[in-house]
Amino acid sequence: MKPGGAGGARRTAPRDVAIVAFARSDHRGAAEGLSETEMLLPVLHAALEQAGLAPGEADFTCSGSSDYLAGRPFSFTQTLDGVGAWPPVAESHVEADGAWALFEAWVKILTGRADTALVYAHGKPSAGPLRDVLTRQLDPYYVAPLWPDSVSLAALQAQALIDAGHTDEEALAVLARRGGDDAPAGEYVVRPLRAGDCPAVTDGAAAVVLAAADTARRMCARPAWIRGIDHRIEAQALGLRDLTDSPSTRLAAERAGAFRAPVDTAELHAPFTSQEVVLRRALRLDDTVAVNPSGGAHAADPVMATGLIRLGEAAARIHRGASDRALAHATSGPCLQHNLVAVLEGETEGETKGEAR
Amino acid sequence: MPEILTAPLTVSFPFTRSLGPVQSAFLTGLRERTVLGVRTRDGRILVPPVEYDPVTAEEIRDLAEVAPTGTVTTWAWNPAPRPGQPLRTPFAWVLVRLDGADTALLHVLDAPGPHAVRTGMRVRIRWAPERTGAITDIGCFEPYDPHEDDGGDGGDGGDGPRTPAPHHGTFDDPVTGIVAPARLDYTYTPGRAQSRHLAALAGRRITGERCPSCSKVHVPPRGACPTCGVAATEQVEVGPRGTVTTFCIVNIKAKGAGIEVPYVYAHIALDGADLALHGRIGGIPYDEVRMGLRVEPVWTADGRHPDHYRPTGEPDAAYDTYKELL
Ligand SMILES: [Zn+2]
Repeated sequence: MKPGGAGGARRTAPRDVAIVAFARSDHRGAAEGLSETEMLLPVLHAALEQAGLAPGEADFTCSGSSDYLAGRPFSFTQTLDGVGAWPPVAESHVEADGAWALFEAWVKILTGRADTALVYAHGKPSAGPLRDVLTRQLDPYYVAPLWPDSVSLAALQAQALIDAGHTDEEALAVLARRGGDDAPAGEYVVRPLRAGDCPAVTDGAAAVVLAAADTARRMCARPAWIRGIDHRIEAQALGLRDLTDSPSTRLAAERAGAFRAPVDTAELHAPFTSQEVVLRRALRLDDTVAVNPSGGAHAADPVMATGLIRLGEAAARIHRGASDRALAHATSGPCLQHNLVAVLEGETEGETKGEAR
Repeated sequence: MPEILTAPLTVSFPFTRSLGPVQSAFLTGLRERTVLGVRTRDGRILVPPVEYDPVTAEEIRDLAEVAPTGTVTTWAWNPAPRPGQPLRTPFAWVLVRLDGADTALLHVLDAPGPHAVRTGMRVRIRWAPERTGAITDIGCFEPYDPHEDDGGDGGDGGDGPRTPAPHHGTFDDPVTGIVAPARLDYTYTPGRAQSRHLAALAGRRITGERCPSCSKVHVPPRGACPTCGVAATEQVEVGPRGTVTTFCIVNIKAKGAGIEVPYVYAHIALDGADLALHGRIGGIPYDEVRMGLRVEPVWTADGRHPDHYRPTGEPDAAYDTYKELL
């Protein structure tokens, strides 16, 4: 580990940090016969190769996953085989979506503890009954004993939105079809949500590489600079919340600087169509913004990697020159309880390093 | 390519949780068919009640009794009840704001179909016949029409007050904890590398995989070389003989294990492997096992792994031949 920057506790200007590489898996449904490590390896290698890093070379490694998806304690330790973890590397893990691992790595680089970081996430929801597994994250005293599954809770939120006049079943069906397929909205899974309103849950993995300042410029022709990230959480009790709104998303967006200038792209972690309605309102996104050009969490939901993929997809759009300023959002918990918002920017022509902030 | 192996994996825990004073009063109250809320600093009544004010984070302890009747604030029709859910027949999930409360409680509503449910409808608690001090003491909610009520109690449908009344929250024999059983059924997939290894073991062959970068052979294979972080795919048969690199003497009998103590558990570097695996040493008195001892696997009729390893009778291996594998 590098020393904690000159001057110890002295405050210095924060460093510029960028997403310089991104890769994701392309599974549809179960990753047949693959262990987590085997599923992750090609993704790790693709991201590292983009950044020109060898396995084990990043200053910091941080991952996100959930033992409850795998059904095994400390399941993430197995995947460390894939990162070249011997001799020992500086490493950390969050029992959450990989977007929160990215947040930790970002802070690590901001504080001068690292110049580069590998962030990855993986999930194999095919291993267990996901709708039931997710009930275990709920209040264990008053809620979890009722086993309210994830679709049912999202459906309560959707009905609240319909009652408030923010959407209706037809409008949700339009969102459900946006993935390009003409699949009918399908039967009710839990009314008012139909099969088409629910995410295409899949096994999967994703990886990004973060780098500071000049290192980022060396690794990537057009780095996606992180202008801000913030995450906020709402009360645990569903009955205490206004399910038709997402004040935590709005606050995180404010703190991340999202409202200082318009964005051209937004990648939203909205597994259910109804949740996109909530997020669009909370983030004040209008028709000028390309929302979920990747297809979004609804088109492919590799649980625990889905949020990190939103950050990666937004960054990749900047890398390609298709976006100059993008918002990426990740969520965790029932009915959009916990929300993270990041603002990413590409440098426009003529802009120099000094002007980048 | 051998078949992909999978196996059922059941995770089952009886989570034992202790209760704070507010939770204890609330759950004990349910056992006594009394619904308690807690008053926040700004005067709202929270049902279900919490220990700390969600806005100010201060401890809140002022309890108040609310009615067993209330209003649905949102709902969702579940046509296919899942294991563990409160009703076995199709039902509505509901958030219910009980009369006198300012927040809503999540539970289920027993109704004939989605046509019979709407936001704003009046409902009341149907108590579980046997109550223990748990959220499931509320068996479910049921539709409630005050005009059809024959209780003759002024139309509030129950024995609780319509306006919240301060409550002491003390009961005989208060509930201080809950046991919440949880069971989840998974399908474990060991992966391609492990599947190949296990398929070979079924034929009494022990295989590892060689790293294309550092050439080390890992047994059992893990799909990737932990040093190089690259996929290892070349299969290598190792052993069957090997060398004890280090060992310990087990003196405490494991629960349910049929092995007499003391016995020796050892790290064994199979010939051709660059990683030692572990196994029990038999066929030799425990106090004669030593580093460098040459051993071979002993298979039992139905075992999928060697039962134990026994001495081959060869001369001991020289320390230099296995010192890197310690
Ligand atoms: Zn290697």
